[in-house]
Amino acid sequence: MAELPAGKGELFRMIPVDELRDFVRAEKQKGLVPKLMDEREAIARFVKSGMYIGVELYGSVRCPMSLVREIVRQRIGGLDLAGQGVLENDLLIGAGLVKNLDITYHGYEVFGVSPVLRRACESGKVKTVEWSNAALAWRFKAAAMGLPYLPVRSMLGTDTFNFSAAKAVECPFTGQKLCALPALALDVGLIHVHRADEFGNAQVDGISGFAAEMARASKRLIISAEEIVPHEEVQKFPERTLIPYYLVDAVVHAPYGSLPGEMPYVYWRDEEHVKAYMKAAESEEGFQAYLQEWVYGVRDHWHFLEKAGGEKRLSELRRLATRR
Amino acid sequence: MAEYNKSELLICTAAHQMEDNTICFIGTGIPMLAAALAKRTHAPHLMAAFEFGGMGASMERLPLAVGGSRTFHKAASASSICDLMEAAARGFIEYGFLGGAQIDPFGNLNTTVIGDHDRPKVRFPGSGGANDIGSLCWRTIAIMRHGKQRFVPRLDFLTTAGYLDGPGARERAGLPRNTGPYRVVTDLAVLDYDEKTCRMRLRALQPGVTVEQVQAETGFELLIPSRVEQNPPPQPEELRLLREVIDPQRLYT
Repeated sequence: MAELPAGKGELFRMIPVDELRDFVRAEKQKGLVPKLMDEREAIARFVKSGMYIGVELYGSVRCPMSLVREIVRQRIGGLDLAGQGVLENDLLIGAGLVKNLDITYHGYEVFGVSPVLRRACESGKVKTVEWSNAALAWRFKAAAMGLPYLPVRSMLGTDTFNFSAAKAVECPFTGQKLCALPALALDVGLIHVHRADEFGNAQVDGISGFAAEMARASKRLIISAEEIVPHEEVQKFPERTLIPYYLVDAVVHAPYGSLPGEMPYVYWRDEEHVKAYMKAAESEEGFQAYLQEWVYGVRDHWHFLEKAGGEKRLSELRRLATRR
Repeated sequence: MAEYNKSELLICTAAHQMEDNTICFIGTGIPMLAAALAKRTHAPHLMAAFEFGGMGASMERLPLAVGGSRTFHKAASASSICDLMEAAARGFIEYGFLGGAQIDPFGNLNTTVIGDHDRPKVRFPGSGGANDIGSLCWRTIAIMRHGKQRFVPRLDFLTTAGYLDGPGARERAGLPRNTGPYRVVTDLAVLDYDEKTCRMRLRALQPGVTVEQVQAETGFELLIPSRVEQNPPPQPEELRLLREVIDPQRLYT
């Protein structure tokens, strides 16, 4: 067979699988230990400058926005970021905290491209390496399986492949050409869920995006939850626990934690907030003013909720969710 | 004849390409409206698949996002991105609907950059699920506005595989056999691909459009068959459904 092609993008992080095993053995709590803490403590304890982080699902749906705002508030910089995102990645990138981006999709869907991403890429401030959506999820899956790579049939033959860090390999059984995706293990993963107990047993209602894979590919995992429930509640239907306690390092109570995005079955996205944000983000000054108003100028998530309209607006968003 | 705009024409023509009792990957925007329309007209059992895990949503309410709650409202299942993409890898998903900033004569698509990758003139969102859909579905249908800046002889960046550089190229690259681009739906025409050369070919004209107009708005030479079909205009009932039932707030049209 002719020489196999390889992407020329930088592989930002490759953690040897045995190192991950050693980490899990030495560092992860296997007993049922309470991990409930506030967002400030969770972020300060586990997210350090220069780390590689990832956020699930994405900025307008079931996204740990309160945790992301806290990272920005603490100005933890030099980060590498797994970039399937919208608003959450805008905040991190626009605040100047991101160095490298493994990007799949970063935009506003029907509302178009992100001006924050455009400014960052077009000025060369952020280095991007390309992947597809499935490729990023499968990279987490590879790490979750304790493997250094996973062979798949996406990305082959394209510039997405050429500007990724994937490599083509030959199947040892059939001789077929496959795309080898390097495992991606995160220093810290951030996931927002519907409910969790104080130990971190976490449940998601509706689609689960790539939460299961990312949770298992994160050395440290911070969960924010709409609701903190008694342990007995998760024990009733343990099969609903997508993310078991031993994967989790911190549990943060964050009702409306996905705002201004939606939370399936609970509240609808704050369309007015999103539109006002997008208008602001068109210019660098506008974006910085948004950060000042909604992140730096806000003490914590509870303060954000007061600012976001208080009980009246929040109950409206809950009502809209039931009109699905 | 009822008045209609370009978006409505694109939506109706895209809906006509959707086949009952098949599974289609649906992206944000026009494909969502087209799927909602198809389900209310000729394809009630169309299964709309959304890459983050929604499968077979009712489409009673228009989703705003491919991961949003409406993508699994009254759905057959709500799972995960791996589950849906792996279903595509196993051959379950017949059609994938895609958009793009640029398309070339072999149906390759660009949604990544204009200019140099590392210092682009314009940065677009990136592949998202498009590369996977273009790699793994049996047939892909691109939906685009027609224009010379979009229909280009060479892409700035090949985000999603069409027929790559011609016959056999997909298989040589390692992509699943017998897959590839099937149609392009635009506001001027419907296009398909020549079986031998894999090059884009005019198939049908939108109402009131001429062959010359389509060629003039295409930045490369199109194959023109001896017989070109005529697309019907959007029907009054289709327009009523779109305006009054599917998207009454006119978010998309």
